[in-house]
Parts: sequence; structure tokens; C-alpha cells
Amino acid sequence: MRAVIWQLLQREWQLSWRRPGDVLNPLVFFAMVITLFPLAVGPEPQMLQRMASGVIWVAALLATLLSLDGLFRSDFEDGSLEQWVLSPHPLTLLVLVKVLHHWLMCGVLLVLLTPLLGMMLALPWSVIPVLCVTLLLGTAVLSLLGAIGAALTVGLKGGGSMLLALLILPLYIPVLILGTGTMDAALQGLPVQGYLLWMSCLAVLALSLSPLAIAAGLRIGVSE
Amino acid sequence: MSWTFFHKLGSPKWFYEISGKLLPWVAAFSLLALVIGIVWGLVFAPEDYQQGNSFRIIYIHVPAAILAQSCYMMLAVAGVVGLVWRMKLADVALQCAAPIGAWMTLVALFTGSIWGKPTWGTYWEWDARLTSMLILLFLYFGIIALRMAISNRDTAAKATAVMAIVGVINIPIIKYSVDWWNTLHQPATFTITEKPAMPPEMWLPLLVMVLAFYGLFTLNLLMRMRLEVLRREHKTRWARAALESNT
Amino acid sequence: MSNLAEFFAMGGHGPYVWTAYGLTGAVLILLFLTPILGRRRLVQAEARRRRREET
Repeated sequence: MRAVIWQLLQREWQLSWRRPGDVLNPLVFFAMVITLFPLAVGPEPQMLQRMASGVIWVAALLATLLSLDGLFRSDFEDGSLEQWVLSPHPLTLLVLVKVLHHWLMCGVLLVLLTPLLGMMLALPWSVIPVLCVTLLLGTAVLSLLGAIGAALTVGLKGGGSMLLALLILPLYIPVLILGTGTMDAALQGLPVQGYLLWMSCLAVLALSLSPLAIAAGLRIGVSE
Repeated sequence: MSWTFFHKLGSPKWFYEISGKLLPWVAAFSLLALVIGIVWGLVFAPEDYQQGNSFRIIYIHVPAAILAQSCYMMLAVAGVVGLVWRMKLADVALQCAAPIGAWMTLVALFTGSIWGKPTWGTYWEWDARLTSMLILLFLYFGIIALRMAISNRDTAAKATAVMAIVGVINIPIIKYSVDWWNTLHQPATFTITEKPAMPPEMWLPLLVMVLAFYGLFTLNLLMRMRLEVLRREHKTRWARAALESNT
Repeated sequence: MSNLAEFFAMGGHGPYVWTAYGLTGAVLILLFLTPILGRRRLVQAEARRRRREET
């Protein structure tokens, strides 16, 4: 079992390495969307600081959504998805590995960019660590929930990404509210451990239930 | 035992015949309840001492909101039944109920917004209830859009079933987080007034209207399901006979 | 007569109440028109198909 997981991770790593655009584009998108806001509302630091955590979170959400669209598509097209469904290994485990890889290549990298972008939005350095932790937990949930939508839309040609957004954005709202709520508390100097525990709860819930839905979605897509 | 009933329910023809017999009764009940409820609510119920007559909007806003939420639960139940027992009729129910639920959510949002103007002074207020209703509308749109996007009927049935189940699990999470979000961002001076306990003269017509809306929902759902069943089974003899005699 | 006028005015909240009720009524009518018209179209399509096959 561990060998399979490791092999799968290696395979995903190699595939990502061959298509660096899939990894870099969401990061650039993330930075660009964040840049749009000072341009749109003016650079006054007070206002930027008030908006900063919300803007960063929404940008992270959108970037993750966009990068999720093709999560299963190439596997679907070359037939590997069918192999996964038929393999003796539990499908839920295989999809978990796939989502883990996505989180490492998307969410974690977004978090690495966050301190810089947070500073550009006038966030004080004291809250940046909290922002990073909430984003780490949050993007994990985003990858897990988003993969459900990616699995359900895997067979669709063309406008899959819009539909994916439509399906998944309502589900993202609790994470968004919790993440930005934590940031509000941090900005006011209040303790954030409680909020972080709630975020971890959400992450554990997503971790345990999403693979079931993702696997169900993939089975449906493959059986067509 | 009751399992025979359950298995019979899988037969579209049986459903068509039974629903045909039920239809006039459901229609009569719903229309009666609707007329009684509207007249009672508009004419005989006393006006609210704080909100005056605009309070009467409650008699359509609350039933629509209740129905919007129940309908989504029904979608999820239909989804489970369809996935576990492979019952085609469950998918017909899911397909037909989704637009009704979406419209009910829209009505709840519009009437809520119109009610808000004389009550709070503004057409839109990002309070917990309206915001949750808006998110519910998006959940409905997602299911409808997913069904429209998938051309294979079986695949569409299973995919929307999964989506409905995922949605229903998320609804309590969404509701709690929106409630919490609302408490975070409410200025201390402005509180959405807790409705004081309503006297029976006010909530009895509400009860009647809720029953009327449930009746209308059932009526509309049965009508749509019958049509969809005829569409899907249009090659069979019984369906053609039904269309020919228009029963 | 003034009672009827007062009823319509709803103590100044008339436009709100009647817009809300009117909108709901319109949506309900729309909801029921869909299956009724759909069924009519299906019956007509079936009649046409029958005519075609019996010739």
C-alpha cells in the first residue's frame, strides 16, 4: 500500500514537472487578482489593510478553483482513470493521494507567496503567520471539496471550469468565513487558537468525507 | 409487507396511474388551503403593531422559505434512493423538483427583500437568513446546471444525486458559518428584532399557508413527474395509450 | 367603499404587499404553466407521430 502511494506521488510529481504551467499559472493568477484590488479601490493603506485578508482569501479560492478543473481530465482522457477504478487498491486512497499532490503544488505554494502579497496589502507582520496557517488548513479543504466538483465534471468537454465554480463555490463559503474570521480576530489582537481548532475540524471533516464523494464522482464519470 | 409498495414505486406505469388518481384530491386541498390562507392572512389577521400591514408578506415569504429548504432535503433523499436502490423514479423526482425549489428560493428572496424595505429601510440586508437563502439558490443552480451539462441521462442522474447529497451535508455547515459571520459583522446598535411570540390570530393563517404551499408543491411535482415519465417511456404502449386518450 | 380603498392601501404599505403577493402569484402561475403546456406539446407530437405511422 505504501509503495502504491509513493509511486502515485512520484507519477504526479513527474507529470507536474512536465507541465510547469499547470503549477505556475495559478500562482501568477493569485498575485494578479490581488494586485487588481489596490488598482480598483485605491492604495490607501488603512483601507487595504481592512480588505487584505478577504482579498487574499478570495484570490486563493479562485486560483484553487481554476487549477482544479483539469485535476482528473488528463487521466480520464488517457484511460488511467479507468485503471484506477478497476484497481484492487481502494479508490478513496488513490484520490486522496491525487488531492494531496494538488494541495502541495497549489495550496502550499500559494501560502509561500502570501507573506509578500500580504505585506503589499499593508498587513502588519504580526498577523502574517496566522494568515499562512489559516491558508494552509483552508487550501487543504479547498482542494478536497473542489476535487468533488472536478470528479463530477470530469467527462464534460468545454465549459467545465465555469460549471465547476458554480458547483463548488457555495461549498467554499464556510471555509472563507472561518478563515477571514480568524484573520479579523488576529488583527484585533485576540487569541486565535479556538478559530484554528475550528478550521482543523473542518479540515478533518473534509478529509474523511470528500474522498467518498470524489470516488463516487469518478466512478460515475468512468462508467459512461 | 411494505417492501412490495416500495418496489412497485419503481414502476413508472404504476406511479402514473396512482398519481393520476391522487391529483384531483391534491389540487382540491391545495387550492382550498390557498384561498383560505390568503383571505385570512390579508383580510382577517390583525396588523402587526410594529410593522403595520407589510407584515402580511410573512404569509408568502415564510411558506416559500420553508418549502425552499424542504425541497432541497427532498432532492438529497431522492438522490440517496436513486443511488442506493437504482430507482429511476427517484431521479425523475430529483429532476422535476429542482426547478420548483429554485423558484421557491427566488420567491423567498424577493418577498424577503420587499418586506425589508418598509421594515429595515433597505431592500437588501446581509443578514444571516437572507444570505443563507442566497447560498441555497446557488446550490440549486449548481444542480440544475450540472444536469443540463451532462447529456447521458443515467450519468446526469447519478452526478446530480451525488451533488444533492454533498449539498445537503454542507447546508448545516453553511448555515452555522453564516450565522457566526453575521454576529461578527453586526454593529452593536442594530439588532434584527427577535420576532415576539405570535398570537394564534397571526400564526394560524401562516400554518394554513404553509400547508397550501406544500400542497401546491406536491401538485406541481406530480404534474411535472407525470410529464417526464411519459417523455421517458414514450415508446411503451401504456404511455402511448395515455397520450392518445390524454388521461 | 372606503373599506375597500383602505384595504388596497394597506396603511401605506400597499405597493410592498401587493408587489410581493403579485410576484408570488406570477411565479406560481409560471410553475404550473410549464407542465400543462409541456403535456399539450407532447400529446400533439404523439398525435403527429401516429398519423405519420398509419399512412
